[in-house]
Amino acid sequence: MALDKKYLLTTRQMATFVAKGFLRFDDVVPAELNERIMREIDAGGVKASRAATPLSQCYAGTAVKEMLDMPEVQGMIQSLVGPDPLFDHQAVHVRQPNEAAAQGMHGDSIIDTSRQAFDVQLMYFPHDVPLEMGGTLVVPGSQYRRINESDIARYQNFIGQVPIVCKAGTLLVLHHGIWHCGRRNQTDKMRYMFKIRLNPRVRQLRLWNTEDLEQAQGGFKPLFTRETYVTDDIQSILERQEPWFENATGRLEIVNRIKMWRFLTGDDHFDAHYWLTRIENEPQNLELA
Amino acid sequence: MSQKKQQVLVLYLANSALDSPVKGWSVYDGTGRSRPTTGDGDVPPYQTGLDALLDGWRVIQFPQLIPPYPNMEYTTSFQQYEFIFERILEV
Ligand SMILES: [Fe+2]
Repeated sequence: MALDKKYLLTTRQMATFVAKGFLRFDDVVPAELNERIMREIDAGGVKASRAATPLSQCYAGTAVKEMLDMPEVQGMIQSLVGPDPLFDHQAVHVRQPNEAAAQGMHGDSIIDTSRQAFDVQLMYFPHDVPLEMGGTLVVPGSQYRRINESDIARYQNFIGQVPIVCKAGTLLVLHHGIWHCGRRNQTDKMRYMFKIRLNPRVRQLRLWNTEDLEQAQGGFKPLFTRETYVTDDIQSILERQEPWFENATGRLEIVNRIKMWRFLTGDDHFDAHYWLTRIENEPQNLELA
Repeated sequence: MSQKKQQVLVLYLANSALDSPVKGWSVYDGTGRSRPTTGDGDVPPYQTGLDALLDGWRVIQFPQLIPPYPNMEYTTSFQQYEFIFERILEV
């Protein structure tokens, strides 16, 4: 059954994903379903399928499948990795009460940067997560950095890091490369987080609701002026620096984002405020020479 | 009998200047009085690297400036401006 377009991500949401490496959807899964999923987890009933099984064939007859089949969740999945992606792996993360230390900062799996196609990870929080309970910590805009797994464990804190403090039924969808960790659980309760990694089976090309694409991308604006930054068009979203970015490297992240936007839109000439066009200029005009 | 113990502070700065703003940080406490860990704070201990000196920390490592490898000029990876400081305390 085809998904109603209204559940697909908007162009601005896609650009935010390209810039920050994740999107969050607070309180989307109903309480009754959260409770059934928690019971399934406690009963050890959330069984992983073999890697590379189409997602539609995973979790048959479970509450987890009901959650994955919600149109809101299908909208996120289909917009980012297309219809019926492959199941890669799952993890039921349980953080013990009153921990001494947090998990070290890392990127999941292994270094993975020779392609523009990307996987997503869905993180699902079946119960309320207050700050003392930790929550997963994510570092916005870190997804294009070339690092291997726990090489970055030395980094304890960044300005602008986001501890996920949320209501039950919240979902995050993340680019596979994003830096994150499980924060220390300082309560006397266990904390649960359920994660699924998905691989696309289609070329990731304009899979979201692109009705507003042309209008949202924004036109030319004078460089380095207030006008360039105050708007909320795609160019400005891609150009917004994260507070932890270093001055110079932060500019390179804009280049990474523009390249990803070109990949997703199929528009090789897209630019945000001339950053890439400038360095691609190879004039061949002999007459003027 | 009192002993000398080391505290280590790592500051990730905005550029190669020691007085540039702090973007990230880590602390390791050899006195055992605290146990800093990942994601334990939103506010940096100092605004700039210089502020740490003014507070009595000694720099023990400056990051070297290494030109990008050919064809890696646009590749981003680790934080580049990692300054390491120490403080020795009697405990
Ligand atoms: Fe992880």
